[in-house]
Amino acid sequence: MSIDDLLAQILSGLATGSIYASVALALVMIYQATHLVNFAQGELAMFSTYLAWSMIDAGMPYWGAFFATVGISFVAGMLIERVIVRPVENSPVLAVVIVFIGLLVILNSLAGWIFTYTIKTFPSPFPSEPVLGQHYVSAHQLGSTAITLAVLLLLYVFFRFSPLGLAMRAAAQNPASSRLVGIRVGWMLALGWGLAAAVGSIAGMMIAPVVFLDPNMMSGILLYAFAAALVGGIDSPGGAVFGGFLVGVLENLVGAAIGSELKLTVALVLIVGVLVVRPSGLFGKVHVTRV
Amino acid sequence: MNPENRIDSRKLAGIGLLLAFACVLPFHISNYSVFQCTMVLVYAIALLGLNMLTGFNGQISLGHGAFYAIGAYCAAVLMDHYGMPYWATLPVAGAVCLVAGFLFGLPALRLEGLYLALATYALGVCMPQLLKYKGFESWTGGVQGISIIKPDAPFGLPLNPDRWLYFFTLAVALLMFVLGWNLLRGRIGRAMIAIRDQPIAAEAMGVNNAFYKSLTFGVSAMYTGIAGALGAIAVQFVAPDSFSIFLSISLLVGMVVGGLASISGAVFGAIFVQFVPNIASRMSTAAPWAIYGVFLIVFMYVMPGGIAGFIRILAAQATRRFRAVRSRRSA
Repeated sequence: MSIDDLLAQILSGLATGSIYASVALALVMIYQATHLVNFAQGELAMFSTYLAWSMIDAGMPYWGAFFATVGISFVAGMLIERVIVRPVENSPVLAVVIVFIGLLVILNSLAGWIFTYTIKTFPSPFPSEPVLGQHYVSAHQLGSTAITLAVLLLLYVFFRFSPLGLAMRAAAQNPASSRLVGIRVGWMLALGWGLAAAVGSIAGMMIAPVVFLDPNMMSGILLYAFAAALVGGIDSPGGAVFGGFLVGVLENLVGAAIGSELKLTVALVLIVGVLVVRPSGLFGKVHVTRV
Repeated sequence: MNPENRIDSRKLAGIGLLLAFACVLPFHISNYSVFQCTMVLVYAIALLGLNMLTGFNGQISLGHGAFYAIGAYCAAVLMDHYGMPYWATLPVAGAVCLVAGFLFGLPALRLEGLYLALATYALGVCMPQLLKYKGFESWTGGVQGISIIKPDAPFGLPLNPDRWLYFFTLAVALLMFVLGWNLLRGRIGRAMIAIRDQPIAAEAMGVNNAFYKSLTFGVSAMYTGIAGALGAIAVQFVAPDSFSIFLSISLLVGMVVGGLASISGAVFGAIFVQFVPNIASRMSTAAPWAIYGVFLIVFMYVMPGGIAGFIRILAAQATRRFRAVRSRRSA
């Protein structure tokens, strides 16, 4: 492999990595608030992407559909938390995992039912000719990376500097005390779900032009996002973003080295490897259980 | 001890009746229905395996379809490449899955709850890709898969291949259920349940958590692998795409609907998984999965004990009412 190829592989790895980073961040947001991993995160993003597709198909301009989808996903995420996840909030892990898998299956089959299983193309808002006089990355890769980075920055600013962000962090860290100072913890959780769904929908719309739109398009991406979140540390948002980029680059390099047929297995090896060697990930807190 | 695992004479009579029914049934239905009943038995074995791990031992597996696939491919490769008789492939498939499950269970020791769910989910998603891998293609047949021939009845028995396979599967299922029941009611079963409910207390009482957890993983994979081998022989075909993550999810559905931590639940779950999708797919190809999803969520809300748990509640109520009536009469 020449240096040129290597550079191209790394750059396009960073571009897909940005998608993994945002899905991983969505997972981490829900994990931080509820200590649950949302197995339906990928299917939520897939469903949102279908919504965007049908709006564009009906003649809406791209960016109109984009923002409408983000808004709808936000509300839908909140509703799902309130209606479906709420009743099992305090149940054993098994019950919650089963409900998430149920959600995954329902969203997947609904998408197949409504939009059929035939693969659809999804438009990219970015030009198709090369930009900035280079041939390493396409305009779409560059643009989608820029958008995901902007979203990540926005989220950082929101959580770091806004009162609502502070309240959400407080509710996640110490629900009992937060309730005592008047934070509505239940709504904060719902808000977290809404934000996660919105971030996921952006990731879905950014990856759909690359992998094409079909009901199973997110299953591989969700796996990489799991790997990314675990590599970075499942309770560390910054770690999830870093993990996303790392996994994206790794996936591309390994794919170039041993062929792309075993790409998913890379994610499996990463997940099991991280969990066995260093379960807290690179930046996560080490968990200690009181006996 | 789990009250359901106790066997009294009434239960024994019920099981005998059911068995008699299972023996008479295939002579009164079409060959295709016989095949469907064979698949019910196959799923029942697989579900018992999954239930041992998730229901009794509390280790969540979302990727048991992978072990089913390994069992199925073992049977197919051995029959197709080495001309092994179908019945001899079952112990091999079971042994391979026992080792595979034990090995996967070792790292799983360090994973609890969610993390194990994640790792097994990843395993389930990866499996089709691994089976398609070029390096194994001379064995697995790649994307094309392997076709196998349905065995004929031996010793000149007057049974067609479908019925013979049904009775063969019934015998294997019976053996696996008796073994499973024996395992779960004794010392090992108690240790498994103790680890699920109070891992720290179990360890303090001298239960070797690490050993029992990986053992359970291995035995569970073995059950599912044997089911996979039987399923491959019944379907006469294996291909990577029939072992996607959705197979693992249907096993999960069967376990939840049948009843967590229940032996008889495996049979109810298997009947559900085999027949409900058939009925639902008349509506739309997506309908079975939509129904699966709804059942998963609704059962978790209203019937966490599954069908077996529901029957247990009904039986308990009936007994209580019966006793109340009797004591009023005698008074």
